[in-house]
Amino acid sequence: MLEALGISTPALFGQLLIGLINGSFYALLSLGLAVIFGMLNIINFTHGAQYMMGAFGAYLLLEHLHLGYWWALIIAPIVVGFTGAIIERLFLKQLYQLDHLYGLLLTFGIALIIQGVFRNYYGSSGLPYRAPAELQGVRNLGFMFLPNYRAWVIVVSLVVCLTTWFVIERTRLGSYLRAATENPSLVRAFGINVPRMITLTYGFGVALAALAGVMAAPIYNVSPLMGADLIIVVFAVVVIGGMGSIMGAIITGFGLGIVEGLTKYFKPEASDTVIFVIMVIVLLVRPAGLFGRRA
Amino acid sequence: MEHVVDPAVITLQRRRRWSEAAAFAVMTAFFVVAPTIVYPVFLMKVLCFALFACAFNLLIGYAGLLSFGHALYFGWAAYVCAYTAKAWHVTPELAILIGTLLATGLGLVAGAVAIRRQGIYFAMITLALAQMMYFFAVEAPFTGGEDGIQAVPRGYLFGVFNLGQQVTMYVFVLAVFLAGFLAIYRIIHSPFGEVLKAIRENEPRAISLGYKTDRYKLVVFVLSATLAGIAGATKALVFQLASLTDVHWSMSGEVVLMTLVGGLGTVFGPVAGAFIIVAMENYLAEFGQWVTVIQGVVFVACVLLFRRGIVGELANALKIPL
Repeated sequence: MLEALGISTPALFGQLLIGLINGSFYALLSLGLAVIFGMLNIINFTHGAQYMMGAFGAYLLLEHLHLGYWWALIIAPIVVGFTGAIIERLFLKQLYQLDHLYGLLLTFGIALIIQGVFRNYYGSSGLPYRAPAELQGVRNLGFMFLPNYRAWVIVVSLVVCLTTWFVIERTRLGSYLRAATENPSLVRAFGINVPRMITLTYGFGVALAALAGVMAAPIYNVSPLMGADLIIVVFAVVVIGGMGSIMGAIITGFGLGIVEGLTKYFKPEASDTVIFVIMVIVLLVRPAGLFGRRA
Repeated sequence: MEHVVDPAVITLQRRRRWSEAAAFAVMTAFFVVAPTIVYPVFLMKVLCFALFACAFNLLIGYAGLLSFGHALYFGWAAYVCAYTAKAWHVTPELAILIGTLLATGLGLVAGAVAIRRQGIYFAMITLALAQMMYFFAVEAPFTGGEDGIQAVPRGYLFGVFNLGQQVTMYVFVLAVFLAGFLAIYRIIHSPFGEVLKAIRENEPRAISLGYKTDRYKLVVFVLSATLAGIAGATKALVFQLASLTDVHWSMSGEVVLMTLVGGLGTVFGPVAGAFIIVAMENYLAEFGQWVTVIQGVVFVACVLLFRRGIVGELANALKIPL
């Protein structure tokens, strides 16, 4: 039916798949940004660098310790998340009384340091990382060929996103988190260790970024600047969705990935800018964002 | 009713006039004498970036708006100035004017969109818009892609003065910088500037006093973009080059760093900051990528240890406004 309209189905579904993959990363990253912002009131500019660290974690584990993808999927997020917790304890903690903008500036500086160090040792070109043997090969869906690894990425990020949503919105731990977001001093008065919760939240958000990085390693090459441009797109995603809602971040992330994929098919030259254009339109029509509450 | 002014305010204003006049004299004297000692092209780079940082500081320091996309106005003005000077053979002052007008237009559009949100969102929106225009610069045919626009003729100012001569060019760049600097000084200390500071301190209060804050924010945004455009266009003539570096987010980050190092919301801070950062890049160039790392470290150190910046700390120690 689509062919009648002059649309090539395999190409269209191919771009849609790429869109879904990008959307998975947008969702994971904007989810992490939203969780961190909710608790710390800081926009984590280091997020892109931490995503890159996740990918490099996978690469280095394989190169030096011969630990493959499955190990990397567990170890890299934990290690990178731990470095995040250290950053929070050492630096971010000192900024909570100040204007939020200082948090943005500080995390931007940290991102420069991390990316600079990695560029020094690994250059700017990409390093290849192979998908695990179990996930290689493609599946014929009849209307298109679906590489197994890409299907895996979409499923995992959906599961991770929905689990995060469930934990925050539906469990007791999540209710503490949400309460501490609203009124930290009151929650503290109930005997809950809020500073530790803040540290763990930042660590968790960073670990999400690193997990996205590990999953991205076999798709894109591993390179020191892989997160630098991506984080700006994710910022636009966050502006479009509004950071008030966890589910909003997930839906916006996947949705914009799909829109970007469609744009790549119908108007390839606009695919780099389409998300920014949507951001402008959303700001004009609904300044608080699609899921945002007016602050 | 007689208008009563607190004597303390008068003393403060007097001191401000003296300290700022003295600092201005020192700064001007420095830039007049310096080319006999230091490489003039380096100083011209400093002057362009100093004006860029002053324009950025007008937004963050006096209206409390953090734009993380100021490379947009700087870089696009550079492109248009370079293009008109090279392809249309217009005189340098006209090329700068056209480049600056484009920056004004871009500032008007981007500002109108960005002021719809506050604080951190404002920063993210300006960054995203700048990135969008970066992609346009990558794809647009006239920008020359990765090569940029090279070998831009400096031409004859007003058709008379040959800017190909280093001395003439230096005098011209210094004049542009001083004009921009004084314009910003005038804006800051005008009634308009006082309203900006009120918005920075407490926007809801300013609204309740009857000020249309959105209009003030938009005007100062456009002014800042325009001045950043002048800096970018002039830079294109100094280096005879406009390239993707000028519109990249790292350029936006650099101007933030310059202003932060010098002192947010100080009159002279951005000039000192621009000097330090440009000097650092110049003399540490051999360390390659470590320059980025050092910049990051300076960022972190400034945010954690001296948020007032160098000039801010100095002013605080001497108890004078600078």
